[in-house]
Amino acid sequence: MAVNVAALRSQLETALAGRVPAPFTHRSIQTGTAPFNIPEIDTLTGGLPHGGLTEISGPSSSGRATLLVSALASRTAQTEVCGLVDGRDTFDPYSAEAAGVKLERLLWVRCRNIDQCLQATDLLLQGGGFGLIAIDLSVLPPKTVRYVPLNVWFRFRRAVENTSTILLLLDQELNAGSCASLVLRLGFEPPYWSGLEAQRAPLHSNSCACLLDGSRVHAELVRSRLKSKIGTKKFQGFARTNQTSLVTGPVASFQTKTKWSGFTKTVIETK
Amino acid sequence: MAFASIYVPDFSIQAVVRSEPALRQRAVVLIEGSPPLERVVARNEAAARIGVDLGLTKSQAAQFPALEIRPRSRSAEQSTHAALLDLGWSVSPRVEDTAADSIVVDLAGLGCLFGSEETIANLLAKRASNLGLIVHIAVSSNLEVALHAAHGFPGITVIPPGKESQRLGSLPIQVFSPPAEILETLERWGVRSCEALAKLPLLELSERLGQQGVQLHQWARGASLRSMILAEPTLCFEEEMALEYAAEELEPLAFLLGRLLDQLCARLMARSLAACAFRLRFGLDTSCDHEASLANGNESLDEKKSYEKTLTLHVPMRDSKMLLKLLRLHLQSDPPSAPITHIFLAADPAPPRVTQEGLFLPSAPDPEKLELTIARLANVVGNSHVGSPSSIDSHRPDAFQMNRFLPARDAQLVCQKTIGMPRECKPVAAFRAFRPALRARVTLREGRPVHISFPTMHGEVAAASGPWRTSGEWWREDAWHREEWDVEIRQPSTSGANAMENSTSAEPQKSLYRIHYDVLSQAWFVAGMYD
Repeated sequence: MAVNVAALRSQLETALAGRVPAPFTHRSIQTGTAPFNIPEIDTLTGGLPHGGLTEISGPSSSGRATLLVSALASRTAQTEVCGLVDGRDTFDPYSAEAAGVKLERLLWVRCRNIDQCLQATDLLLQGGGFGLIAIDLSVLPPKTVRYVPLNVWFRFRRAVENTSTILLLLDQELNAGSCASLVLRLGFEPPYWSGLEAQRAPLHSNSCACLLDGSRVHAELVRSRLKSKIGTKKFQGFARTNQTSLVTGPVASFQTKTKWSGFTKTVIETK
Repeated sequence: MAFASIYVPDFSIQAVVRSEPALRQRAVVLIEGSPPLERVVARNEAAARIGVDLGLTKSQAAQFPALEIRPRSRSAEQSTHAALLDLGWSVSPRVEDTAADSIVVDLAGLGCLFGSEETIANLLAKRASNLGLIVHIAVSSNLEVALHAAHGFPGITVIPPGKESQRLGSLPIQVFSPPAEILETLERWGVRSCEALAKLPLLELSERLGQQGVQLHQWARGASLRSMILAEPTLCFEEEMALEYAAEELEPLAFLLGRLLDQLCARLMARSLAACAFRLRFGLDTSCDHEASLANGNESLDEKKSYEKTLTLHVPMRDSKMLLKLLRLHLQSDPPSAPITHIFLAADPAPPRVTQEGLFLPSAPDPEKLELTIARLANVVGNSHVGSPSSIDSHRPDAFQMNRFLPARDAQLVCQKTIGMPRECKPVAAFRAFRPALRARVTLREGRPVHISFPTMHGEVAAASGPWRTSGEWWREDAWHREEWDVEIRQPSTSGANAMENSTSAEPQKSLYRIHYDVLSQAWFVAGMYD
């Protein structure tokens, strides 16, 4: 049997000679990672892989856009040029600017449907030179995104392979399958309200006393091809979220704040 | 001091062939005149070899097999003359515009830049070839000798000082283009070459032929002296093309535009320039529309007779292929309303982009490629939907403007690295704005929202913060006055096929939204979602 395998291997190498230099040699496609600038997520994932597809999925208000703007802020701070293919024109420049995104280095493509998104992504990938290209399909109906053939994600992944471009896909459910080098699933956690008790008090209480302070983002690492690199790092553990589904991968969570939460503190401190 | 004379043989023919390079190896004649009295006014050597004479009518010329007949194009001749001047100015600012087909370049002081006179002549010939011209070049210390040698000798001729008379000797006296009666007289005397003319005694020649004879004698001896009349350098890059048949589709039009762009870019390159804008003007064939308008009594056709478009480039370019793609995209998005009979293309010159990329700068899209990518994206999603956002000085909710995407490369910012730096503050919760805001039905209890429904969601309000009142620009029609609420909505669990199609799970969903009550329209809307 061993002889047969060796002969088969030799035969394959001979057949592919000139076209594939070393067909049985493992080829590493990642050229490094870039941080999200969120320590918990960076510890969990090792960062965004260059030359690979990263998929972040989750339901509404689970923190997908927060991770997106954080990644954009991280890349634009390094003077990299980023592209955002916005599936439903929902990107908010004000909150992005507050998160540190240098808007002048962001090419925002405001699409209206999935076809425009895929065409725009193709064009950006062909253009080349972008540090990060994000495809935000998270507001599109999952059914629409589900119908995107797998070969599209495969083509996108091949387009960024061996480049320094980070391809980031945001959706409601996992679609890219094995094309993604890094897969994160986010879950909704109750937000933080300051003065919520006052609001729940008897009638005639002042609802302005209640203020949205932020929320907690729960992330589960579904798959990573950088496991060897992050294996030594500490995760927060294997946990069960407040949702009914059992979490199987390593998880992490971090807290976000609203734009005004720091401002109110400052005002109070000044007084 | 030396002068280089550049002469374009068969100038009218070359002007036409320049825009149709496929004709270069063919027998070509040019016709001029009003139909049906068009006559052959120019021919190339190949046409002369097969026996085509000047003055033939178009129908007579059409009898010759494999003969290409084209109308004479004055606009093409003007463009070719401009290209010839660009060729001269590409090496020296001292250029004489001698004739439509001839220029003289002063080579004084160019030795240290380009090398020997022969090297400069070779360089000029190469650049002329890039411009689509086949030229004769003659270099001499005498301006007139250089001019006549360029007319008489093909290719490159370098005449050393003192050898002018000897080199010109073999040329026929026709190179001086003498008047017909003088030429006839000289023929009768048996004087046919410059050498024979130079040997004639000057005094007797003067007595018989006058001052013209003296001048011819000086030219033949290479002894004529005159100063250069300098042409002022201009930055006019225009190309025109009149079409025999109207172009109705984009494909053939793009082919013609490609030729004009090639010529313009070659001229820009010869002058070490690039273009920051292209002005395109089409003459339109409105004959069909005219008939229709006469029937309808509409006389406003003048505006429709031409189509103008300006392609502004944010990065100076001279890559004709890239420019053609950009022009095609612009024409696709805004096509002309009628077939095209005339094309005019002009380039606004600008210094080319000179960049020195830093070793530690991250890679960025190539500016020229980025320009094309943005144009293609604009073709897919619309011009207003591609660019870089920026905030504007207004308190209006979701007020921003889209700018042209021009990423600045600032090397200093790279030094302020944030990689690996501990982040002390929490990340800011991002917001998604719904454009336009979704109409919602909100149930209030004690002035607070308790239930909300809108197209993609409905449920109980678990927590709410508000109302946050904003208003502004009351003097405008689009004034706003709203009461905003941040609400946490708990959606009851969905089941069945609907749950599978529109949501990821059948579990109860919770989401954070920003809703607002529009006081002016007295309706509730969902402004967006915290995500």
